[in-house]
Amino acid sequence: MLKILKYSFYDLMRSRWSYVYFLFYLLLGVVLLFLNNDLSKAVITLMNVIIILVPLIGTIFGVMYYYNSREFTELLLAQPVKRSSIFLGQYFGVATSLSMSLVIGLGLPFIFYGIFNSNAIWDFSLLLVTGAFLTFIFTALAFVIALCNENRIKGFGYAILLWLFMAVIYDGLFLMSLLYFEDYPLDKFSLLATMLNPVDLSRVLILLKLDISALLGYTGAVFQKFFGTDFGLVLSSAMLVIWVAVPTFFIWRIAKRKDF
Amino acid sequence: MVSKIPTPSFNPKFIIFKLFLIIAVINGFVLSNFASILKKSLHIITFVFLLFATANSLAKTITVCNSCSAKTIQEGINLADEGDTVLVKKGIYKEVNIIIDKSIILLGENLPTIDGEDRGEIIKIVADNVTVDGFKIINVGTSYTADYAAVRVIKKDGFVIQNLELEKLFFGIYLEKSNNGKVLNNKIKGDAVNEYNSGNGIQLWYCKGVEVRGNTVQNVRDGIYLEFSDNIIISHNKSKNNLRYGLHFMFSNNDIYEYNTFENNGAGVAVMFSKFVDMNHNIFKKNWGTAAFGLLLKEITDAKITNNVFQENTIGINVEGSNRIDYKNNDFISNGWAIKVRGACYTNNFENNNFMYNSFDVSYNSNLNDNKFNNNYWSDYTGYDLDKNGIGDVPYRPVKLFSYIVNRTPETIILLRSLFIDIIDFSEKVSPVFTPDNLLDENPKMKTINHDRS
Repeated sequence: MLKILKYSFYDLMRSRWSYVYFLFYLLLGVVLLFLNNDLSKAVITLMNVIIILVPLIGTIFGVMYYYNSREFTELLLAQPVKRSSIFLGQYFGVATSLSMSLVIGLGLPFIFYGIFNSNAIWDFSLLLVTGAFLTFIFTALAFVIALCNENRIKGFGYAILLWLFMAVIYDGLFLMSLLYFEDYPLDKFSLLATMLNPVDLSRVLILLKLDISALLGYTGAVFQKFFGTDFGLVLSSAMLVIWVAVPTFFIWRIAKRKDF
Repeated sequence: MVSKIPTPSFNPKFIIFKLFLIIAVINGFVLSNFASILKKSLHIITFVFLLFATANSLAKTITVCNSCSAKTIQEGINLADEGDTVLVKKGIYKEVNIIIDKSIILLGENLPTIDGEDRGEIIKIVADNVTVDGFKIINVGTSYTADYAAVRVIKKDGFVIQNLELEKLFFGIYLEKSNNGKVLNNKIKGDAVNEYNSGNGIQLWYCKGVEVRGNTVQNVRDGIYLEFSDNIIISHNKSKNNLRYGLHFMFSNNDIYEYNTFENNGAGVAVMFSKFVDMNHNIFKKNWGTAAFGLLLKEITDAKITNNVFQENTIGINVEGSNRIDYKNNDFISNGWAIKVRGACYTNNFENNNFMYNSFDVSYNSNLNDNKFNNNYWSDYTGYDLDKNGIGDVPYRPVKLFSYIVNRTPETIILLRSLFIDIIDFSEKVSPVFTPDNLLDENPKMKTINHDRS
């Protein structure tokens, strides 16, 4: 598996898209820091970008990579290699290279700007960690979708739909249910609903670390109390790990049974 | 028995008396106005005082020091008569319950320290026209039954309390039913941790015509507290890092507060149940926290709020049940909510204000009533100005849909900065359905309004 991971990884490292992705983040970081000299404000803007864009790119790139490397996969399948290691190797190759582009692309300008001497270092590292997690989660989901759909158009469609659901529609449903059940105590429900969606979870985790969390008022206090404790932190990290582990498990299972 | 009163003009003794009276008046003038210069030339003035203490027994100076005949401040006061000066030399005086019951000037030379050793109240003024000047007062006792203060004035007029430094205190300067006095240039620094066992910096209770100017108050419960006090001028004060409010107003009418800075207080400034209050040229900043605001208005009528700066507060102004208020020429910068209107508000006019980079500009949870927004600058305004008259051609709607939803169901705030929220806000902006459609600024300015705050 490591060998295939290495091949996919190097293959991607050489590909144009990784560079484009890397350069995009580099440029974003530089422009943000150039436009406003306030590190914590730059972190807020970055948060908006990360929770929307990272899942989108993870999904699209995952699906694209799977469909594009189909011939290579078929070639590999003819070799005496374990199936699971082929697909998991590819998945980890893609996800690792994407998160590397993200971390290095954003990290470089901020390091040069002097993030190590700033108080924003923890917020910023949290941002990068959640960004990396989101990449892993959405690439895994993209692989599951691609494995289930031979038809590329359908695969792409489902992938986009998945992103749309997680990033937009979920919040819409969340909002509607909050409004519909406004007469009931909603703290536990909103905590649970936030935990279940990795995009929301990352957003809330980052928001609570920033000054802006004071706007959240009473609800924020409930969240702060939960996520501020070790238990909350462990639980939310566990939730993100589960979001990586479950789709990875599905990749492994589907790949094992799939008929090529 | 009838005693003959001598006519003053023929009595040489009276002429000398008059002369000295004039010197005394001039000295008093120098005293109150040039306290800092005075410190340098104090020995000269002391000399003059001593001169006239020997020449005339009517206004003498009594010196208090460790080697003097009067060793404690209370002894010095006991020796003094009406109109005398009690001069306290540098040193540490461990005294409590100093009672000033005559019109005297209690003057500290080179900031002598009065240490209360946490035993109770320190200076109590129970006479008219008393001046207390230039002391450092520390360790006021804490009590749950009595409000011990560093300096207390009880039902007397014409007091001047100035140039004091108060530290480790319960209550700082406590004025009770006392009128027409001045509280000037004091520095009050508490060490309050909990609201229940801490007092206020400067407290006015049933006072009239008092001037509170140039004081710095920090780390107490309420920086400046007014209750039932009318015609008060509060100006050029700094109130920061206080546990509860920087300034707290209750049932106090016709007051002015201007050129003050309120920074980083637990909940900001609260003005409640008062009429005809004029608030201008103040700075409210960094009152940031889940239950904080820059300025809280509750049951306020006929007030003027002009030329203030509200910066980085969770809520800039929180308005509740307040009528006939003019908000003009204010700057609202980087607040969570610039203005939160909670209802039962009539005839509030918002004109010529700058609303810049606030998360929410205006939040409303009731009908607009007859409140008006006009000629403001909104940094979120995206309209155009075809006729180039500096006023946008499309009205601005300051209430976002999300702000409306949050008002209805506060829990939804957890969706702050979600993409979905941005989308619905945008669609609401294009075609308003939920937000009150008459809540708008008909003439939004295209450029930041330049307020001259000199």
